[in-house]
Amino acid sequence: MGFSKDQFLARLQELKIEFSQYEHPVVMTVEAQAKYVGNTGGALSKNLFLKDKKNRFYVVSALADTKVDLKVLSQRLGLGKGGLRMAPEEALGEILQVPLGCVTPFALINDSARHVSLLLDQGFKGKEHCLFHPLSNDMTISLNVCELDKFLRSIGRNSSYVDLEANPPVGKDNPPDLADLVPSDSVAVPDLLEKAASVQGPTKDHAVSVTKGAEPSRKVKNVKDKPVGSMQPSNSFKDVGQYVEEILDKTSALLLSEITEDTIKQHGERLGAVVSNCIRERLSAELKADTRSYLNAAYTEGFGVARMMFQNTGSHNQFRCL
Amino acid sequence: MDKEELERGALQNEKEKQEEEEEEQVVNPWEVSAKEGGKIDYDKLIEKFGCQRLNQSLIDRVEHLTSRRAHVFLRRGAFFAHRDFNEILDAYERGEKFYLYTGRGPSSEALHLGHLIPFMFTQYLQEAFKVPLVIQLTDDEKFLWKNLTVEESRRLARENAKDIIACGFDIRRTFIFSDFDYVGGAFYRNMIEISKRVTCNQIVGIFGFVGEDHIGKYSFPPVQAAPSFPSSFPHLFSGKDNLRCLIPCAIDQDPYFRMTRDVAPRIGHHKPALIESLFFPALQGETGKMSASDPNSAIYVTDSEKDIKNKINRYAFSGGQDSIEKHRQLGANLEVDIPIKYLGFFLEDDAELEHIKKEYGAGRMLTGEVKQRLIEVLTKLVERHRRARAAVTDEMVDAFMAVRPLPNMFN
Repeated sequence: MGFSKDQFLARLQELKIEFSQYEHPVVMTVEAQAKYVGNTGGALSKNLFLKDKKNRFYVVSALADTKVDLKVLSQRLGLGKGGLRMAPEEALGEILQVPLGCVTPFALINDSARHVSLLLDQGFKGKEHCLFHPLSNDMTISLNVCELDKFLRSIGRNSSYVDLEANPPVGKDNPPDLADLVPSDSVAVPDLLEKAASVQGPTKDHAVSVTKGAEPSRKVKNVKDKPVGSMQPSNSFKDVGQYVEEILDKTSALLLSEITEDTIKQHGERLGAVVSNCIRERLSAELKADTRSYLNAAYTEGFGVARMMFQNTGSHNQFRCL
Repeated sequence: MDKEELERGALQNEKEKQEEEEEEQVVNPWEVSAKEGGKIDYDKLIEKFGCQRLNQSLIDRVEHLTSRRAHVFLRRGAFFAHRDFNEILDAYERGEKFYLYTGRGPSSEALHLGHLIPFMFTQYLQEAFKVPLVIQLTDDEKFLWKNLTVEESRRLARENAKDIIACGFDIRRTFIFSDFDYVGGAFYRNMIEISKRVTCNQIVGIFGFVGEDHIGKYSFPPVQAAPSFPSSFPHLFSGKDNLRCLIPCAIDQDPYFRMTRDVAPRIGHHKPALIESLFFPALQGETGKMSASDPNSAIYVTDSEKDIKNKINRYAFSGGQDSIEKHRQLGANLEVDIPIKYLGFFLEDDAELEHIKKEYGAGRMLTGEVKQRLIEVLTKLVERHRRARAAVTDEMVDAFMAVRPLPNMFN
């Protein structure tokens, strides 16, 4: 379960973080938010929740007037041109666990967001106070970025400040300068596959994007490109039941497709042998590959346990090169 | 001339031959290009390097010893040359095992099919012969040769490790290491032993270094040579100094290992054996090898179905004729046709490939159909790779790269 606004505020107080809070009616855009807190002396932020083609997620938090060009950012992260797009609504709920219109760096307090990368506008550093939503959009928090850093450290995160308007060249001799900020793990959001087909997305005014650079049409374009195989969560390689069911599903499907009126007529009694060979030929390579992954995942888990055991006894020195 | 002399000759005359090279094809670890407008002449290469052709009798022996069909790359001649592979097989027959050694220079995140080929073949060798494998990630080399920071090279090494693992290596028999992490101890002692037996002149002769090159380049070759000796891995092969090493690689790596083979007997080790592949041609044609810096020269493991279709249809060099009428009349030029070459590597079914070659060569099959089949084959391959890649976690990479024993590595 995700943190609630109150739980989050309580945590801020526990950490002795200095902040002010302003309550206001629910707002879905920076413009609307500005009406209520624009004259508090704090700098408004706009917050984007993005995803790349490999299902890795990013929160980009910037000053409201900073120009953020997703194409440039995509290249600087090493994702190529057009590698970044707005994350779909479902991901907002599943990963950041905040409502629409409420993307905020604070959402990283949720464990579901542990693989989300956070990029912060360098411009925040020059401001006395910056304004962000706590985990809901009927309130705004004002705090100095040092306090934000303190919060991020408390959840085990580094603060990565980036000059978001910079546009350095990226090429063979100039590796992408933000490549370190790409998360090492993709996030599987199973529902996304089915929903992706039907997402037409509410447009502009909405939650996830408040920046000039974003094109709402991107979400629709995304749907046409065949979903990438990386959707397969690695968990299926640890759950025996699921793993076996998948094998049986594939075998079943192939079996059923090979037994038709025509093939029965063609092979008669020999159909069994024919289909049996066909299954072996067509599935062997795929099943071997899957099983290798399974084996490696099982070993890795065992290895992790052994490492934990050795760490406690202090004899992990033997893991060094002799 | 016996084999020894042949190798020595190749090594020591390298410098002279380099002068001739301006007009000839260039093949070394950093550059591959054919003679003006032509394709790589592999026969000449074998002759110049002094290695042997992999013939059918060796392939038959492999099938016999492993009780399974030879890998498609062997059957189609993608792996076509070797040094001392017959000795590896002789020893294996006597019950003496060997270990495999291969590697990658992690210079970019983008891996293309050409990069995967040695790994796919090595995975087959590991499974067929049931032997252990060490994989070297030369992050130090890339730092020395390219405009990368140390952190960036180390990061790329780990990223590349994931794609390598996705090729299906058995974690119970595989040790992956990055130079920046592993070099030291016994490995380093071997590096220095090797360094003492190679002169500056030899290095310059083999690799073409010049006075202005920084000393990092000069001192790198022993790093790539050291894994050829089992004593470099005391946590794996302690007490097995007699263990032989087989190195699957692309033929442009031959110079490193000629140097290594020259040194081996002088430090009391077996010479490492080599099994070498052709260059996987670029989409645009045979004149060179795929380049990670030109996205349209290759199919990448991150390409979508759409990308693959697009690249093959638009960029794959066709040996078909300009018009359908002409094509039906003359047939396709199979020698230069890229889709046919790619199918040669990746279409498993020998009969189907023969059929396609026959029909296409006679003009009865059109370029579009051949490309369509290729797109299907490559899409399936890339999808399978991606699926396996998605299952690789950071923890798995840590486990593959941990300096740990591999009990049962020969079972």
